[in-house]
Amino acid sequence: MSAALHGVTTAASLTSTGEAVQFWILGTVAVAGALCTILMRKAVHSALCLAGTMIILAVFYLANGAYFLGIVQIVVYTGAIMMLFLFVVMLVGVTAADSLKETIKGQRWWAVACGLGFGVLLAAGIGHASLDTFTGLGAANSGGNVEGLAALIFTRYVFAFEITGALLITAAVGAMVLTHRERTERARTQRELAEQRVREGRQLPPLPAPGVYARHNAVDVAGLLPDGTPSELTVSRTLRARGQIRDVSPEAMADLRALERRSEERLGRRPYEPPRPRDSGDPRAGDRADDPPGDRPGDRPANRREEENAQ
Amino acid sequence: MNPVNYLYLAALLFTIGAAGVLIRRNAIVVFMCVELMLNACNLAFVAFSRLHGNLDGQIIAFFTMVVAAAEVVVGLAIIVSLFRSRHSASVDDASLMKL
Repeated sequence: MSAALHGVTTAASLTSTGEAVQFWILGTVAVAGALCTILMRKAVHSALCLAGTMIILAVFYLANGAYFLGIVQIVVYTGAIMMLFLFVVMLVGVTAADSLKETIKGQRWWAVACGLGFGVLLAAGIGHASLDTFTGLGAANSGGNVEGLAALIFTRYVFAFEITGALLITAAVGAMVLTHRERTERARTQRELAEQRVREGRQLPPLPAPGVYARHNAVDVAGLLPDGTPSELTVSRTLRARGQIRDVSPEAMADLRALERRSEERLGRRPYEPPRPRDSGDPRAGDRADDPPGDRPGDRPANRREEENAQ
Repeated sequence: MNPVNYLYLAALLFTIGAAGVLIRRNAIVVFMCVELMLNACNLAFVAFSRLHGNLDGQIIAFFTMVVAAAEVVVGLAIIVSLFRSRHSASVDDASLMKL
């Protein structure tokens, strides 16, 4: 680290080469992380990029002689605050991405222009200041960084420190009040829920599992009914409300439909049709050719029921 | 390298955070950009502390961290309750005081 940190109290104008190298490499990464924070569409990616930027800032604090703050930055910011952010992101929905539609016309470009102007203003201000030499923290940190901070906090800043305690308590109580929900009615027991299901008579057995017969068995992929339509019952209501259900791929559904058609033909459920030349080729192509791509899944169950009645 | 470069970096990070607050519309990401701005300020404070050779800048940065922690707790609680009532974390949807 720089010579200024280690006991030299006279003014210096340059840091060590090692610190310069560290600054330019990590500074680039920090700026890239900050840019990714505002440019990534998904909130999770933004949070992770911001966590990386914060860790790099902690390294910069350590390089600047703020040893206590560097550790606090890692423990409190990246350890607690960013994880709190991630909790809320998971709660709100990981895959929920920002919509790119602008509600105010040209707002994005105006925002970028404002940011650029503001940055130029700040940089010009710093450039005009005469900061050729710096003192360094050698003398201030000579008794230890933590001891120096403690001496200041508990003497000159003791009132602010006590106010901070009041602020933290208020914030904790406020968070509890804001997220607490009073139950207005008694929670229904399992027996009452079962009796209600029987009374309604809609879905007596447990709900079907997601993803059965589809290519995935992940919870966000709807299971397929025997006729190839995705079943709404198989995916969680919460995922449906968030719009996080993945579609079953149309290829898998077409495969299933072709398989079903072949098995029906083999079992003789259909009156015999003279084989057309198109059917001998790719069954999927034939399927697409004679069914219009509109509401096929909707009318299939009805057809099947008619066939069964006819038999 | 002159430590003034830390100030330029802080200014750059602050600007990026401010632009993010203006551009993004997901409330959580807007909040993250505010945190980025706070962190940039902290970096400037720490750099100033080194430039001047006393620890007051670090004390101020420490208080900023405490206030930021309190702010995050309350802000995220507000976002969670907003999401509960509106099923969306977009700041555009929260244009009314009541549903």
